[in-house]
Amino acid sequence: MSTNALEISGLEKTYPNGFTALKGVDLTVQEGDFFALLGPNGAGKSTTIGIITSLVNKSGGTVRVFGADIDRDPMTARGHIGLVPQEFNFNMFEPTLEVVLNQAGYYGIGAREARARAEVYLRKLGLWDKREVMARNLSGGMKRRLMIARALVHEPRLLILDEPTAGVDIELRRSMWSFLCEVNARGTTIILTTHYLEEAENLCRNIAIIDQGEIIEHTSMRALLNKLNRETMVLDLKQPLATPPEIEGYPIQLLDPHTLEVEVWREQGLNALFGALSSQGIEVVSMRNKANRLEELFLAMVAENGEEA
Amino acid sequence: MTQLQRNLVAFRTILVKEIRRFMRIWIQTILPPVITTALYFIIFGHLIGSRIGPVDGTAYMDYIVPGVILMAIINNSYANVVSSFYGSKFQRFVEELLIAPISNSVILLGYVGGGVARGMTVGLVVAVVASFFTDMAVHNWLVMLGVSVLTAVLFSLAGFINAVYAKSFDDISIIPTFVLTPLTYLGGIFYSISMLPDFWQTVSLANPILYMVNAFRFGMLGVSDIDVTTAVAIIGLFIAVLFTFCMYLLKKGIGLKS
Repeated sequence: MSTNALEISGLEKTYPNGFTALKGVDLTVQEGDFFALLGPNGAGKSTTIGIITSLVNKSGGTVRVFGADIDRDPMTARGHIGLVPQEFNFNMFEPTLEVVLNQAGYYGIGAREARARAEVYLRKLGLWDKREVMARNLSGGMKRRLMIARALVHEPRLLILDEPTAGVDIELRRSMWSFLCEVNARGTTIILTTHYLEEAENLCRNIAIIDQGEIIEHTSMRALLNKLNRETMVLDLKQPLATPPEIEGYPIQLLDPHTLEVEVWREQGLNALFGALSSQGIEVVSMRNKANRLEELFLAMVAENGEEA
Repeated sequence: MTQLQRNLVAFRTILVKEIRRFMRIWIQTILPPVITTALYFIIFGHLIGSRIGPVDGTAYMDYIVPGVILMAIINNSYANVVSSFYGSKFQRFVEELLIAPISNSVILLGYVGGGVARGMTVGLVVAVVASFFTDMAVHNWLVMLGVSVLTAVLFSLAGFINAVYAKSFDDISIIPTFVLTPLTYLGGIFYSISMLPDFWQTVSLANPILYMVNAFRFGMLGVSDIDVTTAVAIIGLFIAVLFTFCMYLLKKGIGLKS
């Protein structure tokens, strides 16, 4: 039987200025999962993470981390968590190695063990050569990786990543994805918040979408993507067109003489579209989704929730 | 590993981090008090003091040495905690401590330990500087060391409270400038309260720093305007009150959590 890495029940947060950030959030994340927590800005993601990690006082509800209640058994709960926050929050005036060693010390790891672990994670993240460099002198990407090394040095069972790849170039982002997959494969449960929905779609098995302080979707990534019944495809054409072709059942726009945008419903499929284009002598060179599939769903769900509210 | 062992490792980590911090910036932390106090000894002690004559039967230079040393301890223990803890809030790395499985008392004791370490280090350096101007004597080692450590603890706690409430770098200099410095100078460092009119003698008794300076002076010279037991009891009482208040602030997350 699988355990739950995280169980949140009826979580509420009202800030002193009267703003209600969370309105009774229920959320469960199973052990070993790679879980996406998505939502627009101000939806309540960071508040939820803040409460789980003891940085924000909750107004109501319960949070358990691997069964340890954050109120009744805070030390056990905190010991299970590693956090990579959205913003840099390490001492810029300490050398890289010291940042990681101090973190290990805060979790009660002795000096020798801490050094061995720090070396392992700094090497894995390509920072060992920078161990004596002051943290403020690292590049933006290196600072992000330093926060990941710091979060892993006490080998947490639950790793929470709040926008870990914000502002990171695509090459580094992809190497971080592969590293995180490796960490997850070793058994660490990962919760990820991100604005790069492609990132969530590629990495995560389960997902929750939070909007206006409420969970509006909580399901598997596969089940969620199956809900997508319409996609917008962009087709690049070999020969230029003056007007868009007319094909029954497919709304088509001509974006420029070489590019068509077509809306395709799930039940329609693409064969009929290509057949119709071929019969009109239109040759397609390449095709892509206009938006990431998860992005389309996400935008639709948040818009729908906004209309209901 | 037990929670106690984890806490001990965490305490040592915070303490070592704090000591490394003030040693790394020794030009800002250790050197200035040495220069300032050397000037006190030259100007007040040597040049002006030679014309003042003895106070309470002690040469003026000898009389001001304990107060100047204790003033350095007070200022530096306070400054260390207020600047370091506020800096950790400003750069947000205090979050490293708040999310870790560390009890609040360990966080507080770690920072206070750092404040005491800097206060005592600077106090020792100032004592060495003083030894170039006068023959240093110690009347009672236990009282001298005990009062200096307790005073450093007290002002480290006060610095912690200041840092918790501070919202800008201005806020960490207001208390030292407008409260700490006047109280220190009026705490009998450069004079005996017996030199004041009766009314101002009574007013001076409301200044907690007076008790510390006199108890420390007793430890070094064997002379004091105040009963030493009363002075130590008052310092202990202040420590208990401030420690309890600091623990309350940490428990509620005031100034630290939203």
